[in-house]
Amino acid sequence: MIMRFRKIPFWSWLWFGLGVVYFLVPLLATLEFSLSMERDKIGLLAYERAFEDKNFIETFTYSNLLALATILASIVLMVPTAYWIRLRLPEARRITEFITLLPFVVPAIILVFGLIRIYSSPLSVPFTEIEIFRPLTNTKIGTNILIVAGYMVLAMPYMYRSVDTGMRTVDVRTLTEAAQSLGANWFTIIVRVILPNIRAALLSGALLTFAIVVGEVILASFLGVDAFGPYLFLLGQHRAYEPAALTFVTFLLTWAAMGLIQLFTGGQGQAAGAH
Amino acid sequence: MTQTVLSHPKSLKPASNWKNWLGVVPFFLFAFLFLILPSLRLFVGSFTDNEGNFTFQNILQLFTQKSIIDAYWLSIRISAITALGGGIFGFLLAYSVTVGGLPRALRSALITFSGVASNFAGVPLAFAFVATIGRTGFITAVLKDVFGINIYQSGFNLYSFVGLSITYMYFQFPLMVLIMAPALDGLKREWREAAENLGATTTQYWLRIAFPVLLPSLLGAIILLFGNAFGAYATAYALTGGTLPIVTIQIGAQIRGDVLHNPGLGYAMAMGMVFIMAVSLAGYSWLQKLSERWLR
Repeated sequence: MIMRFRKIPFWSWLWFGLGVVYFLVPLLATLEFSLSMERDKIGLLAYERAFEDKNFIETFTYSNLLALATILASIVLMVPTAYWIRLRLPEARRITEFITLLPFVVPAIILVFGLIRIYSSPLSVPFTEIEIFRPLTNTKIGTNILIVAGYMVLAMPYMYRSVDTGMRTVDVRTLTEAAQSLGANWFTIIVRVILPNIRAALLSGALLTFAIVVGEVILASFLGVDAFGPYLFLLGQHRAYEPAALTFVTFLLTWAAMGLIQLFTGGQGQAAGAH
Repeated sequence: MTQTVLSHPKSLKPASNWKNWLGVVPFFLFAFLFLILPSLRLFVGSFTDNEGNFTFQNILQLFTQKSIIDAYWLSIRISAITALGGGIFGFLLAYSVTVGGLPRALRSALITFSGVASNFAGVPLAFAFVATIGRTGFITAVLKDVFGINIYQSGFNLYSFVGLSITYMYFQFPLMVLIMAPALDGLKREWREAAENLGATTTQYWLRIAFPVLLPSLLGAIILLFGNAFGAYATAYALTGGTLPIVTIQIGAQIRGDVLHNPGLGYAMAMGMVFIMAVSLAGYSWLQKLSERWLR
């Protein structure tokens, strides 16, 4: 090997420094702004005001519930599917991967456009007057189903990839055969054998989904749901300091979610997008 | 991304059992109801006129109506600039923590931060930039008080093309870091040593070996960044309140109330967007395959 006399990598430090500045300055500016609600005094008043607001508590709780519902429903849908494809139906792999990538091609604004056009009118059998069901957006429960389904679509690329990566690292076939020889049925196999073995992957998919759903604003505002995203947007229209405080809190939440993913998956950062 | 797990021994190839497909029915049904069907609705709608007849008029109008061309052009410019800018800066950052000789600890810090920042978008991102370089923002104030420069008097405006681009960069270059860091890891040490043994300079190594090897993933990543910015809505809406008519904002207005006075045209506009997104994703995955030849 050649001896190389490395100087201090000046350019690397420069780029890195610039990157740190770009990353941190907006956050520090937001923090600084959120702490200066009272004139000439650094204090947490903006945070107190923001957290006291009844609407904040309601919308934030609601968004967390939506995230939870999305995560659970995604797991129920994706784990058996990925499992079955791995075990019995490898020929469905390509088409499934293709479908799970489609949400990248159909951005949230287009997705909600289509969802509204389909589900705000009664769904009938094509070319007939026979109604299959009434418009989902007419009822509260229907709207909730619709938005969770929409979030599941947005989270699908990440959820499927997480689950599939998790199953790649465990020997699904052997585990299944072992469980079957001990008399387990399919439900037991998936819940008690497969799920615990891919829990790290599931957790990272779940946290990413959480990060996408909690601040989501497009589906929520177009479907008229009182979630945290639209609330924050409206708050920004007529308040100055409270939105900055909540922005900083949102950032900390995203940070926590990503940090936990890092912890559980050992360094494979992932990128999402509900921009 | 794709991989083959099972290679069936030829003799044992199971007769394709239709019952096995029952296991994936829930997933396909879900995807059909909440992804395919809504997209199909827009697709069919873009070929339908107000009376419900088949027409190409909507698609043609995409290329003739000035407001629509302008919207696409604005979106394309913003996406291209932030993809290039974010791409170059993200690459340099990824370079600095992989082969650039910075301490290892900085690398994992940067990767984690990139994961956070690429997910930190929409309304909070817009607010953060208002607090930074808005009219009363932190940097605006520092520049004015310390350096005596009033950026808003010299023509800068956060709620404009330039402002939106600067804001988009916040989620663009971290995405580049996340894509390029593994690719740069794939540059083999032996290549550099071999080049140096043959008397190549650092510049020659980069221009003739590293750069050509990295080119497909670089291009692919920049294309992905383009699509990433093109589909963005919430950040632009929260920042400009809809005054900067990019495609997503126009589509949003069309959903709220038929601003184009032609539903079919709105669907066609959505489809045009899906088309651009599809082309950029296809370009990305094609280039990604090319790059796997050397890296990995």
